[in-house]
Amino acid sequence: MSGAGRLPTAASIGQVVIVGASLAGLRAAEALRAEGFAGKLIIIGDEPEPPYDRPPLSKSVLSGWLPVEHTFLPQRADLDAEWLLGMPAVGLDVARQQVHLADGRRIGYDRLLIATGTRARPWPDAQQATLDGVCTVRTQADARRLRERLVAGPKRVLVIGGGFTGSEVASVCREMELAVTLTERSATPLAGALGQAAGTVAARLQRDHGVDLRCDTTVMALLGDGDRKLRRAKLSDGDELDVNVAMVALGSLRNVEWLQGAGLAADHRGVACDGSCRVFDAWGVVRDDIFAAGDVARWPHPLFDGAFLTVEHWSHAVEQAATAAHNLLAPTATCRPYHHLPAFWSNQFDVNIRSVGVPTIADSIVLTQGKYEEQRLVAAYGHEGRMVAAATINAPRWLPEYQALIETRAPFPPELHAADGPADSRPLPVGFPHHGQATHDLGVEQSGSGPGSPPPMPEPEEAVWLDPREPVGAPPLV
Amino acid sequence: MRIVVDLTRCQSYGQCVFAAPTVFRFHGAEALEYDYAPNDALATQVRWAAAACPVHAISLDAMDDRAASTDGHGASVAQSQVSGGRA
Repeated sequence: MSGAGRLPTAASIGQVVIVGASLAGLRAAEALRAEGFAGKLIIIGDEPEPPYDRPPLSKSVLSGWLPVEHTFLPQRADLDAEWLLGMPAVGLDVARQQVHLADGRRIGYDRLLIATGTRARPWPDAQQATLDGVCTVRTQADARRLRERLVAGPKRVLVIGGGFTGSEVASVCREMELAVTLTERSATPLAGALGQAAGTVAARLQRDHGVDLRCDTTVMALLGDGDRKLRRAKLSDGDELDVNVAMVALGSLRNVEWLQGAGLAADHRGVACDGSCRVFDAWGVVRDDIFAAGDVARWPHPLFDGAFLTVEHWSHAVEQAATAAHNLLAPTATCRPYHHLPAFWSNQFDVNIRSVGVPTIADSIVLTQGKYEEQRLVAAYGHEGRMVAAATINAPRWLPEYQALIETRAPFPPELHAADGPADSRPLPVGFPHHGQATHDLGVEQSGSGPGSPPPMPEPEEAVWLDPREPVGAPPLV
Repeated sequence: MRIVVDLTRCQSYGQCVFAAPTVFRFHGAEALEYDYAPNDALATQVRWAAAACPVHAISLDAMDDRAASTDGHGASVAQSQVSGGRA
């Protein structure tokens, strides 16, 4: 430590530990070196592979265009980090400043960055989830396995969950001319992330490409044979499908279990941190030595009234990692606030879908540019008369304009005078499903107004909503 | 060599597809896909692609970056901002 009454500076930081060796962890490590950190840098990851990029796993890798070994991320040549890979962190002792590893080792730190991200939410029945043929796509190993299944030419692929990952997998299946059934418990695909009004466009895309799309429908059971190979799936619409490949795309779970008992404000919603990425402890006190970034972090976004957000987007991991790395070394006076506007993309059914802002807080949506027939659309999202988000199909170059409107809290519906605007542009209700109803990730999720605000108690009714096997409509009569 | 494209920043101008057509391609009208690990023989093409990108979305790995900066095509991995922390 430097002199009394002074905040520690980079010179006093001997060892930085990053838990999480994916995109956020790598980018934070690179930023630390770029900012001049010369001390010891340790990166802990539970997967054996060095950092790789996940977005292509459900797209180019699955389609066979990109070999899975070609997804590793570039790294700075002078990173000079000690990598502890294939080694999960299992605990954290904040008083002793130590991370506990699965093999019993304890790794001390002066500064800690939590970037453990998320994992695929498994099928809720453990017996059924381990049937041969039940897959998820989150890791390189997952993608390799699912690719092998698709190449084998199954009669039909079942995709459970119509979020971005599920939709992308269905899209690849159709490219490979495989029959595919996609079930989504809400009224449209992508309803959780973009709302049902926009989701109707996604539904149309899927049906136009030959997906057997079943909305308001869920899978109630996966059935195996004597060899524990998947054979059939029971749907809530009464149908039974003969399938030997089921891809579970029910969103993700945050990797926070290793922080249990550490005394931090961390629960299933993520690790709460402030606008400088410093983590709150369970009493709402911000810690100077522990930071968080990426999918696992929840932080108050200044543009959205300080509501705590978790964001599962690529650019969020990159930007928050860079900000956390800067603040981890910087005295408080030179801290950078983190106020990146969420933005994402998805490629499916030959179109590029984008969004900027936070659609999930919107109450209204309006089509502002383009036509479905031209496969080019722009829609704006509003909350209480202000712009909060925009989404596009095949129109990425328009997004910066909309981003500026969102950042300045421009009125909604926006006055654009666009040449390709529709004749009739009335705002419509955005149509987000009931909390827990969509069986997929929302992309951006709001979670309370403070670091210690308790997670909402699931009402008895809601406990039902949270089980993806429970159909939400009336049960079938027979 | 290894590369990564910030597909949030990418606005599908397609200059990279012209510069290095076996590394970058469009899937449909606007959806870019690319090879993260192009053959080293394509390094010049890839550097041109990175230099031609109007929104600077293409990053090359740092080792390549250092070599590239001598011929003026330095891209990505920020070497700047050695400030703040080091007191």
